[in-house]
Amino acid sequence: MGFEVLLKGNNIIRLLEGLAVALKISMISVLISIVLGTACGVLMNMKIPVLKQLLRIYLEIVRIMPQMVLLFLVYFGATKAMGINLSAETASIIVFTFWGTAEMSDLVRGSLKAIPLIQYESSLSLGLSRFQMYLYIIIPQIIRRMIPLSINLITRMIKTTSLVMMIGIVEVLKVGQQIIEANRKTAPNAAFGVFLTIFILYFIACWPISCLSKYLEKKWEN
Amino acid sequence: MDAEVLRSYLPGYAEAFFLTIRIGWIGIALSFGIGILTAFVSYYKVPVLKRIAGVYVELFRNTPLLVQLFFIYFGLPKIGFSLSAEACGIIGLGLLGGSYMSESFRSGLDAISKVQTESALALGMTNFQVFWLIVFPEALSLSVPAIVANVIFLLKETSVFSAISLMDLMFTAKDLIGLYYNTTEALFLLVLFYILMLLPVSLIGSIAEKRARYKMLGV
Repeated sequence: MGFEVLLKGNNIIRLLEGLAVALKISMISVLISIVLGTACGVLMNMKIPVLKQLLRIYLEIVRIMPQMVLLFLVYFGATKAMGINLSAETASIIVFTFWGTAEMSDLVRGSLKAIPLIQYESSLSLGLSRFQMYLYIIIPQIIRRMIPLSINLITRMIKTTSLVMMIGIVEVLKVGQQIIEANRKTAPNAAFGVFLTIFILYFIACWPISCLSKYLEKKWEN
Repeated sequence: MDAEVLRSYLPGYAEAFFLTIRIGWIGIALSFGIGILTAFVSYYKVPVLKRIAGVYVELFRNTPLLVQLFFIYFGLPKIGFSLSAEACGIIGLGLLGGSYMSESFRSGLDAISKVQTESALALGMTNFQVFWLIVFPEALSLSVPAIVANVIFLLKETSVFSAISLMDLMFTAKDLIGLYYNTTEALFLLVLFYILMLLPVSLIGSIAEKRARYKMLGV
């Protein structure tokens, strides 16, 4: 069945290291996305004329462009257009941050909309500045709503990092292919076992996180 | 950017575009079927099937399409299930989409009050009629925003088909870049064709969302 090749040498450790690469990229991107996305979401809510249109175009681009296309654009396009030589890892972090920021800002905007207008009006009439209003009144209220959704973004980010093998990063799928290639003669059926293992590894990485997100969402519903 | 190069690339991209659309929409249709079926099974708590549907949804929601495709395309033939790349793409997309659609239908179904079912049963409808004529249409219009998001997500996901050597847009772009190094033109057409494929869906989706919202809530 092909599971035996995983026990050879340090193959299983290599697979896990590959998964760690994917997890590292997604964690860095998620952290940056949460910060930038919250800022973007608040800006969008402020209804500053030109900025609002620009942000809307940005959201639409992210909404319709596959992450894979964005990866290609940044990784191959940036080198060609501007002569910058990005490492594949930097390129993927840029792309995932670009994507995650848009997702996050949309979530923030949605939660901000759910806060009744009177809260904004009351805080302004009490003499708070706009900055103070967001910092002390609005943001603390949306955090409960945001945490489950941000956790959900982590699982989506992890799943999307599987794409980075297409621009040559050695992550779990690539390691899997290498193991299969190396054992082509001795274990011709390795593909089944290796890819099934990777499938399960991804599931183990994502499932607890989505369960946590669902649990928190239910718990904090009111 | 060279117009001559663009023109010579166009036929290849057009072919890939139609292939992507064909596989994408067949896959989405399949995902609708799977989604409705699994949502039905878990809503009515059909004994064993409910468990199976639950495991399926969790399994496919929490793994990337690329990994699923690799397993279906490279892994399964080793134990005797050989499928063409196109069939793998459709099945992969259908299974992934089915798990997402299932969740969307499920949340729509959960929002329909039990009184509706009870009244329909009291009027003498069969269980099947209640679901098909009363509960499902209402749940569907509640799920429209989620379904639109899923359709866009699934069409975007088709970009990973190139990994199992389907000649889709991504594959064509990669191929041309590798052959001729006209990166700018190849990437430009890639973006253009994806806009052509997804912008109409995104716009129609927004309109559908508004209409469904109007129908349900009157705002």
